[in-house]
Amino acid sequence: MDLRITDDQQLLLETTRKFLESTAPLETVRRLADEEPAGFDRDWWRSGAELGWISLLVSEADGGGSVSGHGLLDLVLVAESMGRLVSPGPLVPTNVVAEALARSGSVDQRRRLLPGLMSGTSVAAWCLGAPAAGIDSGGRVGAKLGDTGVVLDGVSGPVEAGGQADVYLVTAATEDGVAQFIVPSDSPGVTVDAANSLDVVRRFAQIRFDQVTVGQDAALGVAETTVADIEHQLQTVAVLQCAEMVGAMDRVFEFTVEYAADRYSFGRPLASYQALKHRFADMKVWLEAAHATAGAAARAVDSGSTHAAELVSVAKAYIGDRGPVILQDCVQIHGGIGVTWDHDLHLYLRRVVVDRTQWGTPRDHRERVAVAMGMERGDP
Amino acid sequence: MSTHTGTDVAEEAVDSQEDVESFRQRARAWLAESMPLLPEGYTNQQLSREDESGEEARRLQRILFDGGFAGLCFPVAYGGQGLSRAHQRAFTRESLPYRMPTVFNVPTFTILAATLLDFGTEEQKVRHIPAMLRGDELWVQFLSEPSGGSDLAGLVTRATRDGDVFVLNGSKIWSSGAFRSDYALCLARTDWRVPKHRGLTMFILKIHQPGVEVQQIKMSNRTAEFCQEFFDDVPIPVTDVVGEINDGWTVASRLLFHERNAVGGGSPFASGAVIAAAGQGGQRSELLELARATGQTGDPRVRQLVAEDRINERIQSQLIERVTTGIRTGAFPGPAGALPRLFAATNTERHVDIALEIAGADVGAWIDDDAPPLGEVYLNRQGSSLGGGSNEMQRNIISERVLGMPREYAADRDKPFDEVRHN
Repeated sequence: MDLRITDDQQLLLETTRKFLESTAPLETVRRLADEEPAGFDRDWWRSGAELGWISLLVSEADGGGSVSGHGLLDLVLVAESMGRLVSPGPLVPTNVVAEALARSGSVDQRRRLLPGLMSGTSVAAWCLGAPAAGIDSGGRVGAKLGDTGVVLDGVSGPVEAGGQADVYLVTAATEDGVAQFIVPSDSPGVTVDAANSLDVVRRFAQIRFDQVTVGQDAALGVAETTVADIEHQLQTVAVLQCAEMVGAMDRVFEFTVEYAADRYSFGRPLASYQALKHRFADMKVWLEAAHATAGAAARAVDSGSTHAAELVSVAKAYIGDRGPVILQDCVQIHGGIGVTWDHDLHLYLRRVVVDRTQWGTPRDHRERVAVAMGMERGDP
Repeated sequence: MSTHTGTDVAEEAVDSQEDVESFRQRARAWLAESMPLLPEGYTNQQLSREDESGEEARRLQRILFDGGFAGLCFPVAYGGQGLSRAHQRAFTRESLPYRMPTVFNVPTFTILAATLLDFGTEEQKVRHIPAMLRGDELWVQFLSEPSGGSDLAGLVTRATRDGDVFVLNGSKIWSSGAFRSDYALCLARTDWRVPKHRGLTMFILKIHQPGVEVQQIKMSNRTAEFCQEFFDDVPIPVTDVVGEINDGWTVASRLLFHERNAVGGGSPFASGAVIAAAGQGGQRSELLELARATGQTGDPRVRQLVAEDRINERIQSQLIERVTTGIRTGAFPGPAGALPRLFAATNTERHVDIALEIAGADVGAWIDDDAPPLGEVYLNRQGSSLGGGSNEMQRNIISERVLGMPREYAADRDKPFDEVRHN
């Protein structure tokens, strides 16, 4: 977490943590994993939304509002808290769509969709149906102008919350480049195929668009800014993923340090063995580096820095790499119990691996850094 | 005893100070008028190597001093400017195109002057700190000994009291640039009948005097920056004791704190950049240049490696920022300075490995004399993992003093030093 947060942010953090600890402790997460097809409870999501979870990136004029004047930095505190408890709920997809609507949506789109998203009565997902912002998640959705509107065809996914979302933001390929559309999930021609997910409560689905027709007023934003809009969406997603991973890493490191102090072998605590102490020291360096870069990325995006694209990918590549390394090391230090279903470690490892791989792997983000550095693709 | 307030430097400008933007403008104009430009393609690090005697650095430092731009974060009472870290950052950024006397940064300003500020008497501070800022005195620390580096408190160089002087005998090693330096802070044993930490005293030692012999050590990469010193009945006035007699460990611990801070990049007392680094204004990437020079910018693996290096470099500055802030606000304990220190060292290892990977066969045999001798750089890869406390010592510090894990067993704990087995 950032070392400098305002009193209002501290309050948001404490409220969020208390709410999560009392309503969604890990036992609840395990129960939802087994019993709840959606992975989260809609009423619970509405209660979370009342705390501002989906309002922070939306302007006050549209009914949202931040607590510090820096909505993304506020939301990062929520995402990090959720990482600490591998919380359920479509925090990242719903926020990125809400922000995209708030930034680029028409008056009608904002009025029609934002109140539901912000109150938690509806949920959104982002379908990346074409390579964009240096990320290719494999989706291929084309958009063509037809007689009665825009016709979407193709497949996107696996899309987080694709099976739960009421509305999709679809990034699609057109003859003139990429464009984005707002598509209700119950539109005729939309098919949802549940996908597998490594995460126990985060659901994914493949979304098939078969001659899905939407009005021209479904287009989000204008062509001139679409590329920048998508880049910003990706930055928001990556910042939130980084915060969530850092939250998970921080919590696991914390309980592993405690475990090493409490667990005795040969009459001494594990934490007294230099071979282990040195591993903990390395992990602490990586963990603090992860906190530092996650914070720097969030501030860069929040302030609109010209380095934002690079700094976001610096953070996502580093944390995506180091997160699983730290967690696996913590598994090793726990011994056999660390690879059992009943131990919580795998819940965290699942979440971190999902965040590492979605919206750009470390390799993808390193390539984005190379591009940001001005590294020519061909020989000079 | 001083409470270390000497080295507290404000992060941002305070009301009584010139605002940072107007300072920046003033610095920019002054630099353009007063300081020589760096030759194209050179870094201050390369030029420092060519200035082995340090005479050029002394001359440049004097120009800074006369212009009112030396010791920006040092107190006005000792010849500094009493400004904030924000002023220093602004000045460093403005100074990137210029030749700067960066050899004064480490260890003179960031380690020795900082320690004197914390523990020196008023007379010692007035005598030496302005002289350093004027470019008249280069300093170095005499800590490690041939008998051991990591177990610093187990040192065996002795200083024996004889009236108004202590008489110094023994040897120190791994002092950087001692041959060109004027003074040292030297830690010596003054009481052998007490446990090791309690019998040490820190002294100000004039280097070039009878009884002190300085030898340069030729390193594996052919440089000879490090030195070994031999002391034969060297008299040190009692007034040159820093801190209390037999409380030298307190002073040394603080010195090591400043060293970690300096090596990790968190000291406010360094001015100018040794190598213009990304994020400090310069966007130059040595490895990107190497990839370009070898025609490999399109190779996906090389792209990954160059980006990885940039990522590490960025994160190193971000981590320094975080830990410096944390130590100042109390979120982290002082020993957390070992975190960026360890990151920087492992990052250097990785950086050199990546350079080796990209450079290919040129590392082993090369024709162009102007190309950086990457093979020689590689030979000294471990330098930053050893200097200022090895990585292993940093890992002990982090696990024990940041994470609170049990300390390593020590056979000499609480034993009078003359009963401890040593080399």
